[in-house]
Amino acid sequence: MAEEKKAAGHEGFVDKIREIAGHAHVNLPPMVVTEISDHLKVVKPSPAEATKVIKEIVDRYRRAQVDSHESVGILAAQSIGEPGTQMTLRTFHYAGVAEMNVTLGLPRLIELVDARRVPSTPMMTVHVERKLRADREAVERIGLLIEVTTLPDVATVGTVVEELIVVITPRTDLMTARGVHRADIEKGLVENLDSRSFTLSNGSGSGEGRSFQIHLADPANAPKPKKDEVVDERPFKKLLEASEEAKGIRIKGVPGIKRALIKKEKDEYVIYTEGSALDGVLEIVGVDAARTTTNSVFEIYKVFGVEAARAALILEASRTLSEQGLGVDIRHLMLVSDVMTNEGDIRAIGRHGISGKKTSVLARAAFEITAAHLLRAAITGEADELKGVAENIIVGQPITLGTGAVNLVYRPPDAEVKAEE
Amino acid sequence: MATGLSKKIKALQFAFLSPDEVRRMSAVKIITADTYDDDGYPIEMGLMDLHLGVIEPNLRCRTCGGRVNECPGHFGIIELAMPVIHVGYAKEIKRLLQGTCRACGRKLPDAPSMRGDAFADTEDAPAAPVRREPKEERLCPHCHEVQQRIILDKPTTFRETGHKITPKEVRARLERIPDDDVRAMDLNPKFGRPEWMVLTVLPVPPVQVRPSITLDSGERSEDDLTHKLVDVLRINQRLRENRDMGAPQLVVEDLWELLQYHVTTYFDNQTSGIPPARHRSGRPLKTLSQRLKGKDGRFRSNLSGKRVNFSARTVISPDPLLSINDVGIPVEIARALTVPLEVTPHNQEIAKGLVKRGPAPGPSAAGTYQCGVNYLIREDGQRIKVMDKNSEACAELVAPGCIVERQLIDGDIVLFNRQPSLHRMSMMAHFVRILPHKTFRFNLCDCPPYNADFDGDEMNLHVLQSQEARAEAKVLMKVEEHILSPRYGGPIIGMLHDHITAAFLLTYQNPTFHRAEVTYLLSKLRFPTPPPAGVDKDGEPFWTGKQLFSLTLPKDLTIEFRSNIWNRCDCPPMNCKHDSFVVVEEGILKAGTIDAKAIAFQKGAILDAIARNNGMARARQFLDEMSRLSITAMGLKGLSTGIDDEDVPETARKEISKALSEVRVQVGELVEQYRQGKLEQMPGRSVEETLEVVVRRELGKARDTAGDIAGRYLGLENPAVILAKSGARGSMLNLTQMAGAVGQQSVRGERLLRGYYNRTLPHFARGDLGADARGFVSSNYKQGLSPTEYFFHSMGGREGLVDTAVRTSRSGYMQRRLINALEDLKVVEDGTVRNTAGTIIEYRYGEDGIDPTRSFQGAAVPLDEVIQGVLGRRAKPLVDMKGDLIGAPPVSEEEMDLLAEAQSEEEGEDEEGDDAATPEEGGGEFGGE
Repeated sequence: MAEEKKAAGHEGFVDKIREIAGHAHVNLPPMVVTEISDHLKVVKPSPAEATKVIKEIVDRYRRAQVDSHESVGILAAQSIGEPGTQMTLRTFHYAGVAEMNVTLGLPRLIELVDARRVPSTPMMTVHVERKLRADREAVERIGLLIEVTTLPDVATVGTVVEELIVVITPRTDLMTARGVHRADIEKGLVENLDSRSFTLSNGSGSGEGRSFQIHLADPANAPKPKKDEVVDERPFKKLLEASEEAKGIRIKGVPGIKRALIKKEKDEYVIYTEGSALDGVLEIVGVDAARTTTNSVFEIYKVFGVEAARAALILEASRTLSEQGLGVDIRHLMLVSDVMTNEGDIRAIGRHGISGKKTSVLARAAFEITAAHLLRAAITGEADELKGVAENIIVGQPITLGTGAVNLVYRPPDAEVKAEE
Repeated sequence: MATGLSKKIKALQFAFLSPDEVRRMSAVKIITADTYDDDGYPIEMGLMDLHLGVIEPNLRCRTCGGRVNECPGHFGIIELAMPVIHVGYAKEIKRLLQGTCRACGRKLPDAPSMRGDAFADTEDAPAAPVRREPKEERLCPHCHEVQQRIILDKPTTFRETGHKITPKEVRARLERIPDDDVRAMDLNPKFGRPEWMVLTVLPVPPVQVRPSITLDSGERSEDDLTHKLVDVLRINQRLRENRDMGAPQLVVEDLWELLQYHVTTYFDNQTSGIPPARHRSGRPLKTLSQRLKGKDGRFRSNLSGKRVNFSARTVISPDPLLSINDVGIPVEIARALTVPLEVTPHNQEIAKGLVKRGPAPGPSAAGTYQCGVNYLIREDGQRIKVMDKNSEACAELVAPGCIVERQLIDGDIVLFNRQPSLHRMSMMAHFVRILPHKTFRFNLCDCPPYNADFDGDEMNLHVLQSQEARAEAKVLMKVEEHILSPRYGGPIIGMLHDHITAAFLLTYQNPTFHRAEVTYLLSKLRFPTPPPAGVDKDGEPFWTGKQLFSLTLPKDLTIEFRSNIWNRCDCPPMNCKHDSFVVVEEGILKAGTIDAKAIAFQKGAILDAIARNNGMARARQFLDEMSRLSITAMGLKGLSTGIDDEDVPETARKEISKALSEVRVQVGELVEQYRQGKLEQMPGRSVEETLEVVVRRELGKARDTAGDIAGRYLGLENPAVILAKSGARGSMLNLTQMAGAVGQQSVRGERLLRGYYNRTLPHFARGDLGADARGFVSSNYKQGLSPTEYFFHSMGGREGLVDTAVRTSRSGYMQRRLINALEDLKVVEDGTVRNTAGTIIEYRYGEDGIDPTRSFQGAAVPLDEVIQGVLGRRAKPLVDMKGDLIGAPPVSEEEMDLLAEAQSEEEGEDEEGDDAATPEEGGGEFGGE
């Protein structure tokens, strides 16, 4: 009952706000409406007071609206570019986790604006499902599932040249630390070694620590070399090849994740990873897909689509700027991200992205690679409609933004009379 | 005066010149490679033929009869003996040859389409989708001709299964392509047939485009283009002769190729694959493409940026007595810059009077500057220079319709700018104040938006020439309109340095002043002396600092917040021991210290509130009055800091050196542990890295301890501490580095390690990992650094300098790209953000349609403030325990330290960097690409 009442009161404010705003022809976004009503709920104004407050808020809101023809693009570019000169260039910094290096500052901002496929320091923040969050061991287990374990991480790989074998001795201590069983290693070996060239057998020792041996297979079974391929017949070459191949074998983990670190944050354990593979990590059981993220915008785009990529761009850019202690209004970052994601994929700011796709020939020519754009315009018979800023400056006309977008005509009163007559 | 635009260009159509058109538009056929005869007269049918236009006085153009400045120039023509390929289209020709039948010219089914972008040639272009060359024999579906593979031998040679296709053949093939198929190949035959890409005639640009220069020695020096055209003509002539004489095929082909080379370099002298044509001196010629390209090319240098008249540049210096809206201009400059005054029947007499004064009138009766007139423009457009001699006569000529160019006077509006112009606040409108001396002067509060200081900076000034421009400048560009920055929705113009110190001295612990002092303090202001706050024990009336400060506040201002000096004490607001809780009620400062948090740029809460609630004009008044009050207060109270401000007692020094030697031992132990392999490895780190992390942490702690010990003796009675704590300049970190220890030096975020083999300097043993050997400076600036420490400190310092140099160019290029990508976006009438193509970028700007300038630190409406204002109570407590205004982004302690550190670095750069490099010179705004 009480809850119902509360809800009704809440609704009351919302309706009232909507009504007053409608009267003033102000279109309040839903978020703002809820925020106002949340504030009002705390203050508990009388109906008259509420009307007064809402009127004032709506009026303030109306006065804070952007003007028509405001050159918001330039505003955004300047607001992001200007603090760039104040940012540090130091590539490495410690963010939260002292053990990990992350690109920050100007290089990171440039990287975002460039829409690089792979960031220079890919990194993920992996959250774990609610019931496992506080359990360090469970989180560690998930961490081990994510982090790539290669054969040398859990076993020693050696070659015995006289016998022409590669001996792989599992180290049980490392295996338990990594949660790897002998069967896992065996599986990795079987799956990754070319059975036509090598054969696998068990070696000495027993139980989990029993070693493996890789023998060279009977040359008869070996894959036929291609016509003009020169085959090195010396067997120890092959042996070396086998040992190198074995060392590269991934036993478990998500490809692309070099390291996983666990850190306590408030009342939960969070996994930070070096390297990023969003799609792979999300498939791990126990990972909270809703809160797990990566700093690779492109991966987010691939897994979740453009809207998510847009949000990620805004978030990453604003984090980069605020980490440097630079305040930049989120609206500027939104605009940049919106421009970058407007076509349904992520386009870079620069000649390969947005600037190269501009409609105006002159604007493109003035930016970079002048001659190519002009020559091409001629053969395709392009016309420049002179709608943008750069092209109008080039031909010496007022630009189409701000006061240049409108014309004022003053007709003296007597002329008006004449016109009417 | 011309009103508005008489003509407007609606669109520009790009197209190809056909050979016929080139012939039609040419005024003369050029056949001689010579330019001038022995008398220096242009040779007919030569490259300087008088039909092409004139560049010398006293000659008339043979085509239009115009003189220099009247004749726009006319094109000529060179008929090429044999066709040649246009370099810029070689790739395009290849595509067409490959995509059409070699016999019938129809489009083939697998014709390659045009690349979506125009930068196929640039090295960093994204890889083109790999297209398999067709393996099987291709047959033309129309005539069943067997097709062959076309190879483009860069830059301009085409081959078909080994043998060369001559440009003539190329042209013949392109001619065969029917219009419909041309269209199907993404070209537009209406604006250019493909065969025109193979040149048969070459237009010769008018002489105005390639003027020759007469050197002092009387020698003529021709333009690079003329040189190139001479080459083309010469070879063209030889080729024609040889061909007509029936010379051997080989000779003709060689000459043909040479002609191709000259025509190619005439278009682009940086074509890859061929050597650039050079001047006699060995300098590569600047031909057509080079004229357009790059930062100094026509586009970026002359079309996107233009030179202007009515501008001035000089050194800047500060003047706290000027309003923030003003700029002080030297008389010399004021006399050189003019404003056009249109003469009407109403102002005719005034204009006459002005003209009568001549160009340099003496001071007025009151001894002040008087403006003169430099030029008089008569109704017929004739421009008469007004001089002392003819001023009377000129005055007689003044009549309605004339324009009088009068010199600047106080109150004129001008634009003021400092490069690099990184944001719109880099160019603002000021009102003129004519002053003696030779520098531009302005209020110190205007420094942050321009990023100016007075160590030799120069700034530019532009005088507006039209009424529309002045009106726009006044409404949109005035300094007071830019107090709030669109970047973060807070003030970017505010008090700084001495103003803040002065405000602190005036309000901290509320000092009292006697009549003489108050009279002095208010001498620069127009306030009536307020009633005294009380009477002291000697019966003298006194006034308080807070009272005097309150004079500058608007009467309706009510605000509460924590001062910058707040040390996280939890005293009750009104009775804070440290006077660090600011309470302003109805424009009266009841409690608290006024410092950076209240009035500084970027964070001043009082300033922000005034700008938002009382309007920009009131904020300007506050800033003007506050700068005057604070400068006089500074003169009265004074503040000096010297080296002994960082003195700490002997006991403290001992304590510091004890702490430092302890950490040295500790580091030694850690290194020992590492050597013995006993150091516990951090997860995911090698042992070496672990050691570094731990050592750095310990050394960092040691510096802080040293700083803390020193800090105990640095209280608010210390002038240097006042500067740091009030937020005026410097930080506590700077002070502790002077009094405690400087701390670890680093390069690339790591302890120093480079220099000699396995050591930093020969003073240390190889492989020494201890504190001193790897760049820990345990001395402080006051004591002085040891030679090794000094060296290490320089290493760290150099990194900072390199960093700044690299950063400016990198961020400059980023900003250029951002601007280019976003420049056309605007909010249209329906509230959506669109680009020039009309594509909707955002349905509502920033999702709420709020202008960031008018936002409250990003929030649409400061809800708490409004609710408080209307109801007198709040939803949330005004100030959280951190002392930040609610709504301001929270700053953690860690971040504060980072900021302080960054600031101290920045400050160091300010001083050193500006002397060494003067980036404002040259006017180049952005770094290289």
